[in-house]
Amino acid sequence: MLLIHCPYCEEARPEVEFVYGGEAHIARPVDPSTYSDEQWEEFLYIRSNPRGRHHERWRHTHGCGRFFNAVRDTVTDVFETTYKAGEARK
Amino acid sequence: MSGFRLADGGRIDRRTKRNFTFDGKAQWGYAGDSLASALLAQGQMLFGRSFKYHRPRGILGAGVEEPNALVTVDRGPGRRTPNLRAPSVALHDGLVATSQNRFPTLKTDLIAVNNVFSAFFPAGFYNKTFMWPRAAWEKVYEPIIRRLAGLGDSPTTRDPDHYDATYAHCETLVVGAGPAGIAAALEAAASGGRVILIDEQEEIGGGALSDPAQWAWLGEATAKLAAMDHVTILPRTTAIGHYHQNFVVAAERLTDHLSVDEAEGAREKLWRIRAGEVVLAMGAIERPLVFEGNDVPGVMLASAARTFALRYGVAVGRKVVVMAVHDSGWRDALALHKAGVNIAAIVDLRRDIAPELVEAAREARIACHPGYAVTAVAGSQAVKGATIALAGVGKVQKLDCDAVLMAGGWTPTVHLWSHAKGSLRWDDNWGAFLPDKTHENLRCVGACAGAWDFGKGLAGGLLPAPKPLHESKAFVDFQNDVKARDIGLAVQEGFRSIEHIKRYTTNGMATDQGKTSNLNGLQIASGVLHRPVTEIGLTTFRPPYTPQSFGAILGHHKEALFQPLRKTVIDDWAEAQGAVYENVAQWRRARYFPKGSEDMDAAVARECRTVRSAVGVFDASTLGKIEVVGPDAAEFLNRMYTNPWKSLEPGRCRYGLLLGEHGFIIDDGVSARLAPDRFHLTTTTGGAARVLNMMEDYLQTEWSDLDVWLTSTTEQWAVIAVQGPKARRVIEPLVEGIDLSPEAFPHMSVREGKICGVDTRLFRVSFTGELGFEVNVPAEHGRMVWEAIWAEGEKHGAAAYGTETMHVLRAEKGFIIVGQDTDGTVTPDDAGLGWAVGKKKPDFVGKRSLARPDIVAPGRKQLVGLLTDDPQLVLEEGAQIVADPNQPVPMTMIGHVTSSYHSATLGRSIAMALVAGGRDRMGETLHIPMPDRTISAKVVTPMFYDAEGSRLNG
Ligand SMILES: [Zn+2]
Repeated sequence: MLLIHCPYCEEARPEVEFVYGGEAHIARPVDPSTYSDEQWEEFLYIRSNPRGRHHERWRHTHGCGRFFNAVRDTVTDVFETTYKAGEARK
Repeated sequence: MSGFRLADGGRIDRRTKRNFTFDGKAQWGYAGDSLASALLAQGQMLFGRSFKYHRPRGILGAGVEEPNALVTVDRGPGRRTPNLRAPSVALHDGLVATSQNRFPTLKTDLIAVNNVFSAFFPAGFYNKTFMWPRAAWEKVYEPIIRRLAGLGDSPTTRDPDHYDATYAHCETLVVGAGPAGIAAALEAAASGGRVILIDEQEEIGGGALSDPAQWAWLGEATAKLAAMDHVTILPRTTAIGHYHQNFVVAAERLTDHLSVDEAEGAREKLWRIRAGEVVLAMGAIERPLVFEGNDVPGVMLASAARTFALRYGVAVGRKVVVMAVHDSGWRDALALHKAGVNIAAIVDLRRDIAPELVEAAREARIACHPGYAVTAVAGSQAVKGATIALAGVGKVQKLDCDAVLMAGGWTPTVHLWSHAKGSLRWDDNWGAFLPDKTHENLRCVGACAGAWDFGKGLAGGLLPAPKPLHESKAFVDFQNDVKARDIGLAVQEGFRSIEHIKRYTTNGMATDQGKTSNLNGLQIASGVLHRPVTEIGLTTFRPPYTPQSFGAILGHHKEALFQPLRKTVIDDWAEAQGAVYENVAQWRRARYFPKGSEDMDAAVARECRTVRSAVGVFDASTLGKIEVVGPDAAEFLNRMYTNPWKSLEPGRCRYGLLLGEHGFIIDDGVSARLAPDRFHLTTTTGGAARVLNMMEDYLQTEWSDLDVWLTSTTEQWAVIAVQGPKARRVIEPLVEGIDLSPEAFPHMSVREGKICGVDTRLFRVSFTGELGFEVNVPAEHGRMVWEAIWAEGEKHGAAAYGTETMHVLRAEKGFIIVGQDTDGTVTPDDAGLGWAVGKKKPDFVGKRSLARPDIVAPGRKQLVGLLTDDPQLVLEEGAQIVADPNQPVPMTMIGHVTSSYHSATLGRSIAMALVAGGRDRMGETLHIPMPDRTISAKVVTPMFYDAEGSRLNG
């Protein structure tokens, strides 16, 4: 079981308190109607799926309830860092 | 009769006898014996029949690596454990053990004819058989194979035992309590941190238990550790797996080593340990050698024979031959000789052997055959002799013996290292993989790190033989009956990667996960392919390290504690009324309230008629509820839902449709605006948590500028639906401060006031099509208000109704249930809910997707009503629909039935369905093929009752 550091609670907590939230830094466009079908498809479905560093969202569902971002190595599952939503990509 | 008890020696207690039975026959051993050592001491060599060919098999190892001697231990009803390894079963009084996979008895197994026809079971047999016609597989092969191939039978009755579970934290966790593990534990303990030392065996000591010279040291070290408060020693505990960040799961066996009378409390305890540092001291497992007859009972690992002699005081034979390619075989032979075991000869494929070993053997008057290999073993149920030949191909020479020991070198036990994703490196000296790098705070010590002196040896396990590989019966994987020639065949058929060879031959895929076979299989594949081992790859080890009971994994999470059961405050009232329940998203909900001898159909028909003609009362407390508060609440909901919310006046309700960004319906519900900055949202019963999570997601990550607060209030409110033409009359006497007249309180409104003296949010809404109210009161008053409404209702002939009636009533009105009439690919338009999409809204979640080409394309599945030609036939939900019933199979399916009921109101069946281009098929007859007949039905608008909605406004 992973230990995940919640940047809001400032504490490492067991994985069971968290829910994974998919790839991070995929912002919803301010006006989706300006997106072409291809752009919208990319927003909806196309993900980077890297081998290695992955920027992803987690929610501390059974804790503070906050969404935050993390960088996790998809090979080793080691968390490089976690940071608050809205902070720049690390 | 080959094995026997030595006159002295071993760690057994010769003053304490233990009586037990094996295959119904009375046997005995000593305290401290394992089932294997006690039976070997009685001369038993035959322990089981092999998985595929039913070949007679004996003991191979003295520990958990044992692939052959699998037994079933019976401790009473529901307490029968199959597939236990005889060397790992501690002997206790009254032990009842039986052998497995034999018919009718171990000695005369009729199915062993399989062995004669083994040419019909080559590598890939199962895969190839699957390719034959399905009928042949189902009717002929599968039943036969199920009979032939097998392990022990699992118990068929409930396990009466209970299983404990605990969490533990420590600075240092040491897995394996041999000399290296004990040394690591002592070192870690000296620094003052918490230490947990676990070991799978009955007592700690590991390899030292088979070496009397270390017993004094072992006793002192054990006492020293036991005296320290910050050290926890857990024998009989198996580290099942290493998970992220040094999270190790271990199962402690608490009672299986005790007689049934002595056993008290939990059977096993699952430890979830988070450790600062994990030290793996798991040792190494000796490799068998691969030669003709290497599976005859009496052929075993040299290290096993050593353990049986020195730890248990049991000789495995009276004339023992050692076949070695490694120095450790010589050392074991000499140790066995010293313990009183007659070593007839040492055969070693190597010509150059350390002079001191040869000298020591000469001194012990043991015949030595350097450069020789065993080419065959005589006997079927026990070793009756062996033949050897120079380099395996020279002139054959006979050896008189009753046991053959194999010393094929050592494989470090890197399983947990691999669980932790530690990398491995090939080591030529060991002929095995050793731990290399890890990102965990994890290290290996002792033999599993390659840091142990077993001497030198050859790396390959396959001995040279006079017969070509494809004719030999030399086994690699004993448990799965994989021969060297099967691996040869796999390579010949084109498999190159060890992961494929493994699956094709099943080498290493048995319950022992290839502890004694993986490396030999790899070496043989490497040899046949003429490519280095490192290019062929290594199979992955996965938890559990050894087979593990489900009981311990489940722990306390069973029966009532398996998952939480949510009950409303009205639940026990329903129970007292004899309600039949169904579970909905962890909630227990009353499904219907049978009266007298009513079955479900009769009860539901009565409940439906009562609602339509008088009034019904329904516990709707499970509806998901979210309080949305803040100056931007309306703006927020406007962005989330498809329809407009900003224009909704306080005191009014609106049906909200929630889409995912992909444009498909994911939830719906009626919500009310209580004040400009306050909304009372409802969601589906099952969708509550999902919807709240989604809304939080948007609020926190996309629109964090909005000033809105979301609070789950599902359990704060009890909700009592009062539905039917007499609904107003039922609640009227109980309500204060709310004008219930249709003019003051129209359909789709909400009012705050009092009912039965407590605060209420009173909704005038209807999921039945009748005049209806939903009374929300704080949960603690729910039962009281329910009873008051019920008492009033009875005056008007009310019925309590359950979820089944609720479903029928809403279907009569064509109201959808998200997740039943939709499946995650249904848009508002598909569901006929286009009216709920705000056309003028510039944006909402999912709006852009509604303009995608495949969403606007014609021919999408649309929700329609179906009326069967035979009005009494009720379609099966999920049944497939076709346009042409006469087309050949496979037919073109154009949709499926989503909801289907008998409607008492209409006196006929009704159904809803998703059908391709459904709304263009109005009046068309479609067909629903069932196993026994094809049902025809007419496509209609999914609105079966009171289409004009006049009843709502009663
Ligand atoms: Zn938190």
